[in-house]
Amino acid sequence: MSTSAIRSVPGLALLTAGLMGSALVLALIVVPEDADQGISQRIFYIHVPIALTAYFCFGLGAWKALLLLWRGEERHDLESYVAIHQGTIFGALTLITGSIWAKASWGRWWLWSEDQLVLFLVLFLFYCAYFMLRFSLEDGPRRARSSAVYALFGVVLIPVSFLAIRLAEDLIHPTVFTRDGPQMSGSMFATFCVAWGAVTLLAYVLYRVELAGKRLDADLRDLREALP
Amino acid sequence: MSQGQYVAAAYGVVFAFVLVYVAIIAAKLVRLQRETAELLELVRRKDAATRRDPAPVVEARSEA
Repeated sequence: MSTSAIRSVPGLALLTAGLMGSALVLALIVVPEDADQGISQRIFYIHVPIALTAYFCFGLGAWKALLLLWRGEERHDLESYVAIHQGTIFGALTLITGSIWAKASWGRWWLWSEDQLVLFLVLFLFYCAYFMLRFSLEDGPRRARSSAVYALFGVVLIPVSFLAIRLAEDLIHPTVFTRDGPQMSGSMFATFCVAWGAVTLLAYVLYRVELAGKRLDADLRDLREALP
Repeated sequence: MSQGQYVAAAYGVVFAFVLVYVAIIAAKLVRLQRETAELLELVRRKDAATRRDPAPVVEARSEA
């Protein structure tokens, strides 16, 4: 990561804090209560942006893995790993906030009959296994290539998980975004967009910070080995 | 548990996650700072030793 890229992190972090604060005020105070679900619908403004960010992070990890296999540049291995790590964290948050929303709306923490939930869990567990594979191999080009191939396989599950809710019609999981556009009022959609922007930016800042930390760690290790 | 409490729990989980993440990053920063200080100390000691005892360099030059 270049020095200018690291320098932009404090500014981005401040912007993230501002957007997060705005999203919280909009989602919890300003936006009107949903006529159907009541107050529990407000979980939507945090749950869906987090889920979309998890998909984005897994996709970014797969893209970086493709770049590693294509161009052979070593830096993409660490970038892919950090993106998948972020995706796994946001995936865990998706499952937790989704379970809380399910309990509030359906009276159950989890429903195994829901394809959308189960497919997201499969995607999450698939990427959890990525770390088992990665840390079972010795550091080097072989580990980088094996991890990259695994990350690329996982990306197939993203559209399957995302479209599962639209492929089946007997689901009780709410479908907000249809072919006719978002099924919500203008203020609700604006709140969702602000929350989505805030969560995406948060993930990007965390990605940058974690990547910078891991690179600094690697540089210090190299320096220690270089000193007799 | 009321509906409002579930909403608070969902947002609270995300807030707690951000706090834990910042704490982990802060702990890592402290470790990196300590390691950098150790390496700096190592370089300084090595530099001081080279200045005190430059004999091997002189020997190498005389052999050449």
